[in-house]
Amino acid sequence: MACIEKGEGPVVSAFRPDTLQEALAILHEHRVIPFAGGTDLMVQRRRGSGLLPTFEYPVLFIGHLDELKEVRSGDEMVRIGSVCPYSFLLGDERVPWSFKRVLIQIASPAIRNRGTVGGNIVNASPAGDTLPYLYAFDAEALVQKWDAQRLIHVRDLVTGPGQTALTPGELLTAVIIPQVPFNRFFYKKVGSRKANSCSKLSFLGIALVEDGVVLDVRMCFGAVAPTVVRDRKIEEELVGKEVGKMGDMIPGIVRTYESLIKPIEDQRCTIRYRKEISFRLLEHFLGTVLVL
Amino acid sequence: MLWSVRWRIWKVKIRLVVNGRKYVGENDPMRRLLDLLREDLGLTGVKEGCGEGECGACVVFLDGRIVNSCLVSTGSADGSEIVTIEGFRETERYRVLEESFVESGAVQCGFCTPGFILAAEALLREKSSPEEEDIREAISGNLCRCTGYSSIVEGIWLASKKGKGLW
Repeated sequence: MACIEKGEGPVVSAFRPDTLQEALAILHEHRVIPFAGGTDLMVQRRRGSGLLPTFEYPVLFIGHLDELKEVRSGDEMVRIGSVCPYSFLLGDERVPWSFKRVLIQIASPAIRNRGTVGGNIVNASPAGDTLPYLYAFDAEALVQKWDAQRLIHVRDLVTGPGQTALTPGELLTAVIIPQVPFNRFFYKKVGSRKANSCSKLSFLGIALVEDGVVLDVRMCFGAVAPTVVRDRKIEEELVGKEVGKMGDMIPGIVRTYESLIKPIEDQRCTIRYRKEISFRLLEHFLGTVLVL
Repeated sequence: MLWSVRWRIWKVKIRLVVNGRKYVGENDPMRRLLDLLREDLGLTGVKEGCGEGECGACVVFLDGRIVNSCLVSTGSADGSEIVTIEGFRETERYRVLEESFVESGAVQCGFCTPGFILAAEALLREKSSPEEEDIREAISGNLCRCTGYSSIVEGIWLASKKGKGLW
């Protein structure tokens, strides 16, 4: 810290702290852009061959901090450090298989070696690949600053496209995924190709079904609204229902989601396609996956 | 080590080990590793295709794992060990991969080949007898506009057979 001079406007272009505490101290004193894997930042800020990417604030490198790469598992949760690259998690037996189903579909092997879960969350893209899973499992984010820390649900941390509830000086340091009991799992990422594509839309559904009765069900849609769509009221209404008799209810359930699924039209996909496929995936989950 | 860089000065000492040799040089920490490797070290086997992580032509090993060097800033790579195709070509494994790629016709214009070779090496380190599906997954981040991929898949499969015991 000693070599940072103050009083001249933005005097620093990059920081590389040794410890988390140093990183938090820098965040406390400076407006910076945390940089973990850089797989999104370097694309967003690129200027072309031989040119420097542009950043409006100094960059704070955190991808090398071991304290942020810890994975811990307890009886009822797994805690993942925010700068764990995806491939690191794919090779870790403490990470739930269901989360790995999501991670393995992100980008390509080389990007999975660099891209991080924390980056995916705070990037807050409507198409963020880990978000439907984290919403479905009620994952919490551990957010730290110089002198304090707090837990916040990932669904509350992400407030809109590229927007988060992080306040100045705060850093996402870990994500905590509760071990939710379920025996039905369905995840579908719809993209132009299998690797390296941003999803047109995604759907993730989990449920606990015993003796043909729904005990718990959670359904999340990605890339069809400013943030992931999950409606607990609709889910609660399904609890206690018999899966065998679900068929008649499905059109009504689909209709209730119609007001929530409000996709945009972009170069990846039309509105009509996003809606239509979202509903079909929902129908498949309710009508086929639950009954299995 | 903790370092910070003044806005108007830009440069910081970046330390790397590239293909077994120590490198220390003044760099802007946001400079792409790809540019450092090509422009300062003359390692032009590292290709730039898309510049946004889609094509895999700029793949290098960073601390034993493949990365797209166009998406790595030198500041975040400080202290890392880098192996490019120029370093890997000195190995016996490279020789087997080269021979197999030639045999299967996996090289046409050759621009994507260094990336594919390194992606293949990364796969074979993990799984010395891969299935076709493993191979296709391993090269899913690499684009080739000439071959249609099947000859590359075959080349990697051939290498895994010929190189028994090497991986």
